[in-house]
Amino acid sequence: MDPETLYFAKTHEWVSVTGNVATVGITDFAVRLLTDIVYLSLPVAGKVYRPGQAMGEVESVKAVSDIYAPVSGEVLEVNLGLPEQLQLLSESPFERAWIVKLKLSDASELEKLMNRAQYLGHCDG
Amino acid sequence: MAYLFDTPEQRQRMLKAIGAGSVDELFEQIPRELQLGRELSLEGGVSELELEQDLQRRLGQAGGGGVCFLGGGVYDHFIPAVVDELTSRGEFYTAYTPYQAEASQGTLQAFYEYQTLISQLSGMDVSNASLYEGGTAVSEAVFMAMRINGRDGRVVVAGSLHPEYRQVLRTYFSRLGTEIVEVPASGGVVSVELCRAALTTDTTALVLQQPNFFGCLEDIAGLTAAAHAAGALAILAFDPLSPGLLKRPGDYGVDIAVAEGQPLGTPLQFGGPLLGIFTCRSEYVRKMPGRLVGRTVDRRGRECFVLNLQAREQHIRRDKATSNICTNQGLLALRTTVFLSVVGPRGLCQMAKLSHEKAQYAAACLTRLPGVVLKYDRSFFREFVLETPLPATEVLTALAARGFNVGPELSRFGDSLGEGLGRCFLVALTEKRTRAEIDALAAALGEVLSG
Repeated sequence: MDPETLYFAKTHEWVSVTGNVATVGITDFAVRLLTDIVYLSLPVAGKVYRPGQAMGEVESVKAVSDIYAPVSGEVLEVNLGLPEQLQLLSESPFERAWIVKLKLSDASELEKLMNRAQYLGHCDG
Repeated sequence: MAYLFDTPEQRQRMLKAIGAGSVDELFEQIPRELQLGRELSLEGGVSELELEQDLQRRLGQAGGGGVCFLGGGVYDHFIPAVVDELTSRGEFYTAYTPYQAEASQGTLQAFYEYQTLISQLSGMDVSNASLYEGGTAVSEAVFMAMRINGRDGRVVVAGSLHPEYRQVLRTYFSRLGTEIVEVPASGGVVSVELCRAALTTDTTALVLQQPNFFGCLEDIAGLTAAAHAAGALAILAFDPLSPGLLKRPGDYGVDIAVAEGQPLGTPLQFGGPLLGIFTCRSEYVRKMPGRLVGRTVDRRGRECFVLNLQAREQHIRRDKATSNICTNQGLLALRTTVFLSVVGPRGLCQMAKLSHEKAQYAAACLTRLPGVVLKYDRSFFREFVLETPLPATEVLTALAARGFNVGPELSRFGDSLGEGLGRCFLVALTEKRTRAEIDALAAALGEVLSG
């Protein structure tokens, strides 16, 4: 997945949209900052989230961080294999390390997210 | 002078090292006519408990101001002298919670051993390094269940759970929206049907106790299955001596098992401080409260001990930590470690068996008195509820005046255990009680009741 086509949240999640399905993961920048990731907890399918609600958490040797829903929606699918292959988070952050697919309930929420350039600026600042 | 003992194996090793075949051969050079030629006329060895009781008898002491038949959560079990000897060493006695792994290897290793022993004892995958006592451990277990299954509507609690544990739970939950539903235990135990009916789709857990507060045995396997069928977790408060005779919590398939650890090497000390044992299944370890010690190797490959999974804890996770308890009950966890190492599985089994058999004997003696009955006609472990024709407070005061500490009376806990229990009290037995003491208690109760 080309990062240039993605939407980004200030809380370091990325969103890729196909039809009304929003695929969500965490960014390469977030993974780099977290250093050694040792554990990932996922949401369960069927749960409905609003933007900013914690869906899961990622634990590194230093800290535990929440994974927030960047947009509203119901969880359609979860990458159940990911907790067993945590190295994918750094090897393939925008592709194989997707975390959850949400059924997009309000496409206008995407406008509140950033593009790649804006996000990189946010990380620098 | 230090007391040194040797085993037959050690004696053989020493003989072999100096090239002697036997002790007789070693002393061969002493002329036969100077040798005694028989065993010393000493009595056979006695156990530490027997020696202690014999000394108390000779000194005319009745073990600290009365014979103890007290139950209800803390018990007068035997504690080998080595427990005090080792735990009062300065290195352990003054050590605080081990924030600095590089300076706390001894303490960390002791807690690692504690966790290992408690895991084996409970049959559960993981034990933390302990919490403060049984009551708060129950509340922490309920919070943990809520983190695991995300349900926060209701928690179902057996009415046979220690009333003080239930009180602590109500205090913890007094500002939360979660409903605490208590299932009455009118016949001395809770029924699987009533519990099943109370379990809703937003119930986080079913909280049980084995043996329960009345001393009776619950159908934990059936109750656990009912909880799981409703998608709730099963939390069990168990008696840490009971695995000597009964199934372990892990064998029942419960998800979280907690205990008041006092029976394992801690004196009664007027009801505290106590020890909170906390265990769970491995898949829930990241939701567990408290400190967790792990074994690893340092960069030179040497074995060492560290605090593990600290990202759960308050100093890292702040407001989202799994608990605000960021320490453990170090000294008492150490006492338990020494106690379990010395007593061993066989000793624990013996203590549990003796306690149970003495409880059976006491129940038989006491219910031979007119008007005295067991309140609940059920299997019990080491304590039971006795009902007499007189108010319990009156009976217990009169027994105390005769040198017998018995109870507590059930009315002490208000109506939290049910109504009409004003003439009921608990009687607990441990391996320390003798047949003479039990017979004397029965005689004293007979006197009290006949006025």
